Amino acid sequence: MKLTAEDIGEIMRLLDASHFDELVLEMDGVKLALKRGVRGPVLDVAPERSNAAAPEPAERPRAAEVADPDTVAVAAPLLGVFYRAPKPGAAPFVELGSRVEEDTVVAIIEVMKLMNSVRAGVRGEIVDIAAENGAMVEYGQTLLRVRKG
Amino acid sequence: MAIRRLLIANRGEIAARVIRTCRDRGIETVLAASEADLDTLPAKLADRTLCIGSAHPSASYLKAETIVQAALGAGADAIHPGYGFLAENPVLARLCEREGVIFVGPSAAQLEEAGDKLRARTAAQAAGVPVMPGGAVESIEAAALLARRIGMPLLIKAVGGGGGRGVKRVDDPKGLADAMALAGAEAGAAFGDARIYLERFVARARHVEVQVLGDGERVVHLGTRDCSVQRRYQKLIEEATAPDLAPAMRDGIHDAALRFAAHLSYRNAGTVEFLIDIERETFYFLEMNARIQVEHPVTEAVTGIDLVAEQIAIAEGARLRLVQADVDFDGCAIECRINAEDPEHDFRPSPGIIREARWPAGEGVRVDTHIVTGSRVAPFYDSLLGKIVAHGRDRETALARLAKAIGETRIEGIATNLAFHAAVLADPEFARGGVDTGYLARLGARAAPARVEA
Repeated sequence: MKLTAEDIGEIMRLLDASHFDELVLEMDGVKLALKRGVRGPVLDVAPERSNAAAPEPAERPRAAEVADPDTVAVAAPLLGVFYRAPKPGAAPFVELGSRVEEDTVVAIIEVMKLMNSVRAGVRGEIVDIAAENGAMVEYGQTLLRVRKG
Repeated sequence: MAIRRLLIANRGEIAARVIRTCRDRGIETVLAASEADLDTLPAKLADRTLCIGSAHPSASYLKAETIVQAALGAGADAIHPGYGFLAENPVLARLCEREGVIFVGPSAAQLEEAGDKLRARTAAQAAGVPVMPGGAVESIEAAALLARRIGMPLLIKAVGGGGGRGVKRVDDPKGLADAMALAGAEAGAAFGDARIYLERFVARARHVEVQVLGDGERVVHLGTRDCSVQRRYQKLIEEATAPDLAPAMRDGIHDAALRFAAHLSYRNAGTVEFLIDIERETFYFLEMNARIQVEHPVTEAVTGIDLVAEQIAIAEGARLRLVQADVDFDGCAIECRINAEDPEHDFRPSPGIIREARWPAGEGVRVDTHIVTGSRVAPFYDSLLGKIVAHGRDRETALARLAKAIGETRIEGIATNLAFHAAVLADPEFARGGVDTGYLARLGARAAPARVEA
């Protein structure tokens, strides 16, 4: 397999759309190192993976699917990229078993470099983390679940 | 660059229409849909549907950042904006330019040029295209002076308006000052732009537009469409090509449209709209719509050219695949816009659930729709249910096929304007062709006594 100029353009575009700042690729003795310029504010959140390539049709979990009446779904208030932590390497806002108040920030959703905090909206305990860190979530998608109390 | 995955930032019949061409070309589709549109036909047709927000357009279809984020997140190369919503909003086009997503449309700069009615007027004059007597006014005194030159009646138009919105008619110079104050305030509230301008009101006029395609360097035209059958400036029936035009008038309009588009170095499919003054036997530039239009299928029918496919090819950076000599016109095509509105009650919108939808078929008949049995017509969006288009070797054949197609259509559960269309198609004045923009109002006045009787 040979790397064409078109391929490189495509890889650059994917890098640009992702939240990585740097990409190093070695194949068939060719080493390609790409670095994103300081075009805009660089994201200070460490994503676990790029979600730009090969998206899989995701299931659309609905709040109504939650069977336990004491468990409340925290839904994405907008479409964007879901992050569990405020910074790269920082501890997540919440873990399974964390206690939350209504106004506890449980995640952030990024839309075009703008960070939007997501609050629990209910008092209780985190019993499920339904969305994957760094993945795009849709409006209304369940991010986490909280058992009330 | 070849587009492999396209995000459609729209809904309704145009979303389904764009998906159809993408399927023909092997392009994957991602539909950006509001919460209210997740179970619609376009959502079923698309390869993937993303929920971008709640039902109200301001929380979904009008959020440029969210739409670009959705495209990036879904790995889409391009965004097709359809018509309405953000189609002619330079903000989305500019955001796409910044993020390296292909916008299937003109450049942000061209959208600004075409979208601002006053700038478009100035551009038309610079291109040697006749514009309606009138212009911008900044004071009542200047307006009174200009009004004397234009003559009465005249129209006050909002610079930020369009599609017939933000238009006021003044019949008496004494009412000018009051009407201007009101129009300015209304325009400010409706469009966030209080600027207004004056134009001559043409008593007997036809609305004729020219479809153009440009690649940024070269433009071709795909002939005329007549959209004179309007109700309160809203088009209801359109046909291609415009009937009953003197050859010199037709050539003049084609030429003016090409000059205007070439002046902008236009890139995309677009429509240059003209008003024909029937009594003066002349025409004026009205505006340019820098997007695919609702009525594009009639042009596709007579030219055999897929306009969405051409839009995509241009957006990919290809040169136009056509020269003017390639464009032939075959027969006549007429389109009826089937709306969820009730002609018996002043065309008020009629949302609800479609109990049964039976669309027509047959030789020369095309239906563009998103409505099937069980569809929900939401109150948040426009009332267009679908477009029925009939094509024939001549106008008579097209008209007969269209009347039959309308007769075959059944939409149950909500009120529609189907019977209204049947009445227009059966009217001898419409059958003769070349009606003016006052035609529907006159037809309504003629039909009113009959309705009271019934």
